[in-house]
Amino acid sequence: MKRRSFLKAAGAGVAAAGIEGILSAQRAPAFAQGTQVHILRWNDFVPAADEIWRKEFVPVVAKSLGIKLQVETINANDIPARATSAIQSGNGPDIIMLLNNYPHLYAESGVDVSDIAEEVGKAQGGIYSLPQALCKVGSGWAAMPWSTVPALVSYRKSWFEEVGAKSFPTTWDQYREVGKKLKAAKRPIGQTLGHTFGDAPTFTYPFMWSYGGQEIDKAGKVILESKQTIESVKFMAAFWKEAHDEGGLAWDDTNNNRAFLAGEISATLNGASIYVAALNGKDKFKTEKGAPLHTDILHAPLPKGPAGEWPYHTAFTHMVMKYSKNQKAAKDFLRWAHARENYDKWFVVQKGFAIAPTREWEKHPMWKLDPVMLPFSKASLTGRAMGYAGEPNKKAAEAWNKYIITDMYAQVANGKMSAEDSVKWAAGELRKIYV
Amino acid sequence: MAATPGGVASAALPAEGMIVSRWTRLLESQPVLAVALIAPGVLILTIFIAYPFVMAIWFALTDISVGVAGKFVGIANFTKAWEDTIFQTAFKNTFFYTFWATVFKLSLGMWLALLLNRHFRFKRLIRASMLLPFIIPTVLSTFAWRWMFDPTFSVINWTLYNAGWITDRLPFLSNGDYAMWCAILVNTWRGMPFFAITLLAGLQTISPDLHEAAALDGANAWHRFWHVTWPLLLPVTLVVVVFSVIQTFSDFQLIYVLTGGGPANETHLVATYAYQIGVASGLLGQGAAISLFMFPVLFGVVWVQLRFLKRMEGA
Repeated sequence: MKRRSFLKAAGAGVAAAGIEGILSAQRAPAFAQGTQVHILRWNDFVPAADEIWRKEFVPVVAKSLGIKLQVETINANDIPARATSAIQSGNGPDIIMLLNNYPHLYAESGVDVSDIAEEVGKAQGGIYSLPQALCKVGSGWAAMPWSTVPALVSYRKSWFEEVGAKSFPTTWDQYREVGKKLKAAKRPIGQTLGHTFGDAPTFTYPFMWSYGGQEIDKAGKVILESKQTIESVKFMAAFWKEAHDEGGLAWDDTNNNRAFLAGEISATLNGASIYVAALNGKDKFKTEKGAPLHTDILHAPLPKGPAGEWPYHTAFTHMVMKYSKNQKAAKDFLRWAHARENYDKWFVVQKGFAIAPTREWEKHPMWKLDPVMLPFSKASLTGRAMGYAGEPNKKAAEAWNKYIITDMYAQVANGKMSAEDSVKWAAGELRKIYV
Repeated sequence: MAATPGGVASAALPAEGMIVSRWTRLLESQPVLAVALIAPGVLILTIFIAYPFVMAIWFALTDISVGVAGKFVGIANFTKAWEDTIFQTAFKNTFFYTFWATVFKLSLGMWLALLLNRHFRFKRLIRASMLLPFIIPTVLSTFAWRWMFDPTFSVINWTLYNAGWITDRLPFLSNGDYAMWCAILVNTWRGMPFFAITLLAGLQTISPDLHEAAALDGANAWHRFWHVTWPLLLPVTLVVVVFSVIQTFSDFQLIYVLTGGGPANETHLVATYAYQIGVASGLLGQGAAISLFMFPVLFGVVWVQLRFLKRMEGA
């Protein structure tokens, strides 16, 4: 199905409310000339996506909405600092892009965007549960989900086949056996257990959940110190030494990309950025046999543990700030951006690195172009949020930002603590938060 | 006093044609002039130092978080920090880091200053270029060091490996002990020029006649340094050490860029942990309390320095 047909077919039953109505009626822009909306986003790992904001959205929005859109992009790690200073000073961007469960952290400073969320969700097949949990505070939406970067394992197909794995291991025990052989061949698994916002907790939380470990129960009581958690930590201690590049204790979110593209590691949990970089650099990134590297990359979900597989995918959301003097313009801009014909431009350049927050985009024709990317199309169907089985609230954010779960594994991986002591330490730290 | 017509004495009048304004008269008063000259400095200190400091104390006594005003909680934030094992690690790390970095900076800075105090070709150029590590923005130079210590692509590991000195990568940043010493190394590299240039300025004030006299009395190089140079350099040394201790104890940028406080909190300092709690987690009150733990330590350091200097002046 061509993209144009997809948009036409999908749009058939949509209400004419919102921006589609304005465009079809060809009414004059709703805002006084020069109304400015300042949006702060991260430096996208897919640079072409930032170009869509600047070169496509900015001029079109000026013409159709009469809004002067100012797009500012910074390092994702710096967003909390900018958000904090903007909120405390009451002055700053009208829309701030947030990650993870930051909407819970800054809920009091965000405008309720339930109307946009319900509109877009209804029109586009419903919003996935994980971004919902991260954006809904109480009964209202503190932020509007924009995208999710799903995390799957990128791995070298030929290297796995050489050690006898025709397909990606489906359990942690199988993955450990394969990993041992790969490390013996100087092709270890690469994973970070460092203090970095993306890859580390995206790996350690699902690992813990797959063994049945969890931070708290539904009542908010800390239940981390369990047989299941200790078992997962003991497994990690051995798995790390036997199968991983041990330098991963100091990696940030870029190290695994660089190591994979340089042929130093055989597998890593990541977004699709490794594959996208290899695809875009066919002449630069090659296998040891001289073939383009992207032809040797496949994707698979994390292995299952005794309690199943429970991934975490990083959600990117937009919060309209209460201090903003252009709240209506900001909200109408978000409505416009989520309209299919506009979101589609951004979605397509991502090539699957970031996916939409709504289910309809699973059927986009883009997914048929490259079977290697297909696993990402439905990645958001399952998942948990930090603070499970409670809410991903401020306490969950504190635990996440203190890297308590990540350090619980890092401390045994570097031999500083026994599994029991490390779990006891982590549980103690959680109890100070969940008082 | 000149007598005017009518016999009334008057003060000397300004020279003919010169008008003396009220402001000029006011500024001729020493107390008023002193206040006027100090006022801009005091204003800047009040706005950029005193006000944030008082606000930090207030934040630390409340449960304020981003966007939420919070209520008074007394010393609860300080108690929570004190019982926090990560804070305890960060607090110990900060002393360790400051102590060793200062020892290395002082020793190497002194050695460099003694070398640069001699006459040799291109002396001026070398003295100027020696300041580069101190001048280059911390974040930039630390990124370069981080690249050199990279867990996978370290140029140092590559060199040592190809020279046959190691068979496996050294875990510069992935092992806690290595990572802390790497941070100390980078801090020393950055701060040594500051010590060197300040101590060099101090050395230039010592008359060569004193060294000559000591040499004539049979003192060797070490004796001349210990009995002549060191005592005369002590006041300058004390000042530069205190400045360095204050900067190093409150260091943030270097650790933030080099290790982020990892691996597993093993290189966290008080400043980086305060940032992680206050900004990354939005808990401004707790972050402020953590950062204020630095104040009594640094106050103590400055107080000891002032007492010492006073004693030396008295002697």
